[in-house]
Order: sequence, then C-alpha cells, then structure tokens
Amino acid sequence: MKRGTKLGVGERRSFTLGIGMLAWLVALIWIFPVGWTLLTSFKTEQDAAAQTLNQGLSFGRYHDIAQSTPGTLSLQTAFMNSLVVVLVSTLIVLVLALPAAYALAIRPVHKWRDVLFFFISTKFLPVVASIFPIYVYAEKWNLIGTRTILIILYVAINLPLAVWMTRSFFMEVPRELIEAAEIDGTSIINQLRSVILPIAAPGIAATALLCVIFAWNEYFYALQLNFASGSTMPQWVISNVSTRGNFLAKLSAASMIACLPVILAGWAAQKRMIRGLSMGALK
Amino acid sequence: MTAAAADVALKGRVGDPFSSAWRRRLPLLPALLYSIAVTQLPFLVSIYYSFTNLKDKTQSLIPEPTKFVGIDNYKQIFSDPFFRQAVWTSVQMTVFAVVLSLVFGTLFALLLDRKFLGQGLVRTLLITPFLLMPVVAALIWKQQMFSSLFGLLDKALTFLGLSSVQFISSHPLASIVTVLVWQWTPFMMLIILAGLQSQPGDILESANVDGASGFGIFRQLTLPHLRRYLELGALLGSIFIVQAFDAIDVMTGGGPGSTNIPYYVYQESIGGGFRYGSASAYAIVVVIFSIIIATFALRVLSSLFKDEERA
Repeated sequence: MKRGTKLGVGERRSFTLGIGMLAWLVALIWIFPVGWTLLTSFKTEQDAAAQTLNQGLSFGRYHDIAQSTPGTLSLQTAFMNSLVVVLVSTLIVLVLALPAAYALAIRPVHKWRDVLFFFISTKFLPVVASIFPIYVYAEKWNLIGTRTILIILYVAINLPLAVWMTRSFFMEVPRELIEAAEIDGTSIINQLRSVILPIAAPGIAATALLCVIFAWNEYFYALQLNFASGSTMPQWVISNVSTRGNFLAKLSAASMIACLPVILAGWAAQKRMIRGLSMGALK
Repeated sequence: MTAAAADVALKGRVGDPFSSAWRRRLPLLPALLYSIAVTQLPFLVSIYYSFTNLKDKTQSLIPEPTKFVGIDNYKQIFSDPFFRQAVWTSVQMTVFAVVLSLVFGTLFALLLDRKFLGQGLVRTLLITPFLLMPVVAALIWKQQMFSSLFGLLDKALTFLGLSSVQFISSHPLASIVTVLVWQWTPFMMLIILAGLQSQPGDILESANVDGASGFGIFRQLTLPHLRRYLELGALLGSIFIVQAFDAIDVMTGGGPGSTNIPYYVYQESIGGGFRYGSASAYAIVVVIFSIIIATFALRVLSSLFKDEERA
C-alpha cells in the first residue's frame, strides 16, 4: 500500500481534518526546542540570556563564532577535521561494503546468513569493550590526536550498517539483468558498474548519507582519542559554552552550524532511512 | 545457480584458491577482515587486560610493572557500591527512555499513517531531533530549557508565580531521559510507521465493512500485527540507549543518579582513573549484559528477515 493513502470507509471528513491538525500540533511542539534555538542564534547575547527580543535579529553571532581566538579550537579547524574524517571514512566504507554486499546478495557465499549476522553483532558490542586496547595502541603508534585514528574507527562503526543496507538494495536488482550479464561473461567489477550500481544508486546514496550522519555526530571516540588540534565539530560546539559572560546566542549559532549539514543529509535520505536504521529488516 | 548446486561446487574444490567458492568469498574478505581486526581483536585484548593490573604508564610518576592478578578485578566489581549504583542507573535510564519513546513513537506513527495536508512536512519536522548531534540536543535542553539562569521552563515557572526548580541538579536522571526520549521517539516512529504500512489493506477494509469500531480494529488487528515491530524498536533502542554517553557528559558530567555503566567505566579509565585493568573487567561485564539483550534482538531481526525473504 502507498504511504498514507489510508482513508477508512466509514470515516468522516471532519475526523480526518482533526487528525491532520493534531499531527501538525504535535510536530510543532516536538520541533520547538530546535526552532527556538534557531531564533536565539539571531539574537543579541542580552536578549538570548533574558529570553526576550528587544534588540532585533541579525547574523552577528554567526559572524562572531567564525572569528578564531588564538589558542582555542577554531570553527575552520574543526570543520575541516570533521569534513575530512567523515568523507574519507564514508568512502572507505562504500569501497568495502559494495563488494561485500555483492557476495551476500547477488552471488551469495556459503553461510551468507551467518556472515550478515556477524556484521550486525559487531554493532551490538559496547564501545567500552574495545576502547582501552584501542587507546593503548593508538598511544603506542602515535595516532592520538590524528584524523587517521578517527577514520579507522568510523569505518568500523558504519560498516555493518552499510553492508546490511546495500545488501538489501542489491536484492532488488532484477535477477534476469544479472544473469544476462553473467552469460555475456562480464567480470564482477563490470557487472557492478554497468548493471547493479545504476539500479541501486539511490539506495547507495542513502547509505552514504546515513554513514555521513553517524560519523559527523560521533562524540565518544572523538573525545577520547582526538583532543586538541584534531578535534571535530561536536567538541567545537561544546567549546562555545563559556563560564564568563553570556554565551547562549553564540552557542545557538554554533549548534545550528554544526547540525545543518546532517539535517539536510537526513532530510534527503529520509525515505530510505528506515532500512538502514532497522539493519535492512524493514522497508 | 540453486543453493544445492552451489553446495556441490563448494565441496567439489575445497582448498583450491582459484575455485569458484573462493572467488565468491573474495569480495567479502576485505570488509570481513576489517571488522574482525578493528572490533573483535581489541575485545580479545580487553579480556586479557581484565586479568591484569594495567595502568596508563604516562599517568603515573613511578610506573608499576603490569602483572597478572587473576580474577581480582572481577571480585572487586561485586564489592563496589558505585558500580552497583551505575548498573541501577543504566537499567532505569534505558527502561524509561525506551518505553516512553516507544509510546510517543507509536502515537505519532498512528497520526502519520493518515492522509492529511502537509503530511510529508510533518514527518520531516518530526524526524529532525533524531538527526541532531546528540551533543547539541543535550546542550539545547540544558541551556535553553532546563537552565536556572536562562531556561524557558524556569521563565515559565516564574511567570506562573511558582518557585524555580534546579531541574538538572535535582532531577538528573529525568533530565537526561527527557533528551533521550526527545531524540529516540522519531526512530521508534519510523519503525512503527513501517509496520503500519506493511499491514494488508484488504483485511482492514473487510473489518470496516463488517462494522468493527476503529478502536476494535486497532486492538484486534493492528496491535498484534505491530507486536514484532514494537519488539524490534524496543531491542534496537535498548542496545543504543544502554550505551548513552554524550547526553550524560554534556548535561551532568556524571554524578549520583546519572552515571550509567559506560560513563562509570569511562571515569575509571580514560576519564581520570587510568586503571585499564580493572576498567576492562567492568567493560566485560557490560558486554555480558549486552549479549543478553542482543540475543533477543537478533532473534526478532532474523524472524522479520525470513518473512522478507519469503515475500
């Protein structure tokens, strides 16, 4: 059945209208903290602290947070660190996940089901279970405070999700197309490029967007392994909390800057997001 | 190729690296080996650490040699009242957050399952809190809502002539659960919505023709159909929420009533204690808890998964 086309036979129009209005009300309440933060980000610090609006709205705070104070983490540094870590890790995830999904969906290996469940079980292992050896070895190999260590870990975080999700999209590629390519003797790489990828492209894009979201928002590893110069966006947002003077408007602007890229990514991927979140079990 | 034929091909040429079985496995190996190297090997090392008195060498003036201590670290767990407190906090935090976000998520999904003006936009607005950086979500609630200096809740209480409440310091657990519920409700909503939309329409219609009431249909048909989706939401939600760290770090930085197990392990180790040996033992105990939840989660997942294959 198509999304939201349900209209009960005996239902009256006024009932449907009521549901719609209730849904809008709920959504506006739920989004209110974000909307209020957006509004605050355009206020002056005095207005923000008093939760009033006497001095008008401007982009002033966005200008302020872009100014870097020497000795502190700047927006530019954190943004570049996040951007590099997120893009490189997502790219590696796709390079590893696409062939794996091929071996699990198109020409399944023996015991492919066990392999799939192995991937997901790594996601269930609490991060504290592996953080100490990672920390000890990162220290030994001089990887603390580098982008490299975060890239290595974010690939591991997102790989299970990407394998499950791309597999689920590969399953939808019509068998006849693949068999035709196989009869023509096309190699795996060519099969992927000419037959499978064009059909699964929207799904792969959604997978990449989800990986971007999770890597961008990650805080635990970034805090443990990557303080100082290698810090990413979550640490930069927190650095805008000040113990001296008012900071609420600047913090709100920083929050908006930090969240905007992934909010847009999430909106773009929302139709296919459920498949990734449920590890491919739901569509 | 059928499964039986694949099996024959597999058994026919075991050991030959160029056989078709190995050619099939080859594309899988990089991802598999990567996952094992980065997630499983450190876990095995953690088990080893948990039987030693390993401490961070750079953190102490007189480094002690690392030696085996047997099960001392594990014995210590059972006599540690702070750990017991953290376990109880973890249980409360996870149960409250999962149950409340499931309830809200189900209600929202039922609303969104109808056709109305701006349905897509409402859905987009509702999922937005889930997309927010957890750190930002916690900061928004801490500073904009709960703060006794400039929080809106405090302003509202003052406006109503009531005395202000130190939300976070007097109700740390409730404050953190609020943020978790706010972020995880959209997740539950999407799972339940997928369940509602997989419900066969013809059965609902015939029930409607037979004159069943709306509530009757919901209880007799929709709720049993949703059961597995509710289970899936609860289990996946538990697995993620039991590991909550960001909201605690931002809102309270630990403390009585808000330190869950992951945060406690963090404080014992990288967060200041630097006792990797004993902290590893705590971590192993967390893993045992997680395996119990995960076993149930995998069972539900695999039953949904088999249905999908049949469909």
